[in-house]
Amino acid sequence: MKRLILILIIMLSLGLLSACADSGASGEKTTRVVVAGSTSVKPYVDILMEEYRFLYPHNSVSVQGGGSSAGVRAVRSGIAEIGMLSRALTADEQDLWSVEIALDGLAIIIHPDNLVNNLTIEQVRGIYTRSITNWSEVGGHDAKIHIISREEGSGTRSAFQDLVMADEFISQRAVVQNSNGAVRQLVSGNRDTIGFISLGLAEHQPGMRDVKALMLDGVAPTQENVLNGSYGLYRAFLFISAQEPTGAVRHFIDYILSDSGQEILMVEGLISVSGRISE
Amino acid sequence: MKKKFWKKFRDRLSGRIFFILALSTISALVVITVFIFVSGMPLIAEVGLFSFIFGMNWSPSQGQFGILPMIVGTVSVTLGAALIGIPVGICCSIFMAEFAPAKMQVIFRPAIQLLAGIPSVVYGFWGMIFIVPAISSNLGGLGMSILAGSIILGIMILPTIISISEVSIIALPRHYKEGALALGMTHWQTILRVQLPAAKSGIVAGVILGIGRAVGETMVVIMVLGNAVAMPESILDSVRTLTTNIGLEMGYASGAHQQALFATGIVLFVIIMILNITAQYITRKKVKK
Repeated sequence: MKRLILILIIMLSLGLLSACADSGASGEKTTRVVVAGSTSVKPYVDILMEEYRFLYPHNSVSVQGGGSSAGVRAVRSGIAEIGMLSRALTADEQDLWSVEIALDGLAIIIHPDNLVNNLTIEQVRGIYTRSITNWSEVGGHDAKIHIISREEGSGTRSAFQDLVMADEFISQRAVVQNSNGAVRQLVSGNRDTIGFISLGLAEHQPGMRDVKALMLDGVAPTQENVLNGSYGLYRAFLFISAQEPTGAVRHFIDYILSDSGQEILMVEGLISVSGRISE
Repeated sequence: MKKKFWKKFRDRLSGRIFFILALSTISALVVITVFIFVSGMPLIAEVGLFSFIFGMNWSPSQGQFGILPMIVGTVSVTLGAALIGIPVGICCSIFMAEFAPAKMQVIFRPAIQLLAGIPSVVYGFWGMIFIVPAISSNLGGLGMSILAGSIILGIMILPTIISISEVSIIALPRHYKEGALALGMTHWQTILRVQLPAAKSGIVAGVILGIGRAVGETMVVIMVLGNAVAMPESILDSVRTLTTNIGLEMGYASGAHQQALFATGIVLFVIIMILNITAQYITRKKVKK
């Protein structure tokens, strides 16, 4: 009896082994592209991927988050073919191949009941360095300003640092949230807060409380104003790869840079690029 | 003859297999420990242990790695949680061990176990939606504060404190209580003067393990503390704990920044180790007696 079971187990495991070998061989035929990286870029690539799957059912693409730097690590170690970045490449990442897939505006957001509609860049900087601490100093109600920022290393934060703060720094007293959604949630629930998030995510979203995107120096944060250069707060979303991509990877990137791909991104609130290839 | 051989063989084999499996748990500990230290040590060596632990400024993008505000954050939130959790927890365990009728115990015991089973993200979400706005509208400020974190962590450490304290009260020899009552002490005096002192080491161990849980908790504090890296001035200020620092920034960290997060992990590791060893030392001392 025991021996019978043993034989059965051996047969089963042999069967399993050969099954594994089979799937390994056929796995090479279907192309699988793994995209990983920035959580700011991911929601947009998710939408693109669904459309891509519909158009090309044989090419499989999977998208994972993790953050910009996780994307770089994934590409370097070969876990992912494409990395998503919401920040510029750092000095020791210059060897990677990269392409801009879209521009993303940065909106300064406040609670809809806040009376302030417009701030200058200097005022925003003053608020984030805490030289301005009360809303009444910038034409609002008499209340302490609660500043909300993103975590160190976030692409959105480094864009805000470069574009708004110049050579000053965000106050350490700033409350830190680790996603666009969390910042939006917090700002929409408290009248005294100010935050910054992706422009596309600042617009009205069904089922969520609204936030107000501020005009900067009198210019409204819209796609048109980013494109015509009057609204200066924007950063590029990058795709990176270990080397010049070919085959299925190239096909997916080409789709995103195509007119239909770019149009989807525009509808979702990003700003189209012509696809300048940096290297 | 043959059968005997097989029996012996199987006996020895099973022993070996269990040994190997047991070894894998220890090796997991070793691998994790070595990995954290190897990844984090270079940065501590570069920055210096003193300026890493007592540095006031944390801004990795400018090469500043000081975690004192986060150590203060961890300590203040944990203290707050202890202030809320310890009295409630110990009182609850006395009630369970001494006063609760059997029928009530049937309700209370599973309820407390259930409290331990609620995922921490659910606690955090509840805190974000309920506690934080409540603090904001009643006491002013943003609501994301030491107070919010302390309240929720205070609730989260209850099951640990209650179950360990209760067990150590119940495990006391019957004659302690009987002797005290026979000498004419009231029930309350018996609890306060005889049972609690006798069960002290078990209760303290439970409290320390509860505190260890509060120190190590990540998800809840990310959601309700606000994570500002500044020295708090009141319990309504936002702080960041050591765990949150790792959880918050790991996604985008690279290079020295990543090493600094591992170094934060080392500090956390050492704190938790000290707490656990203390708890074990206290319980072991009791067994010796």
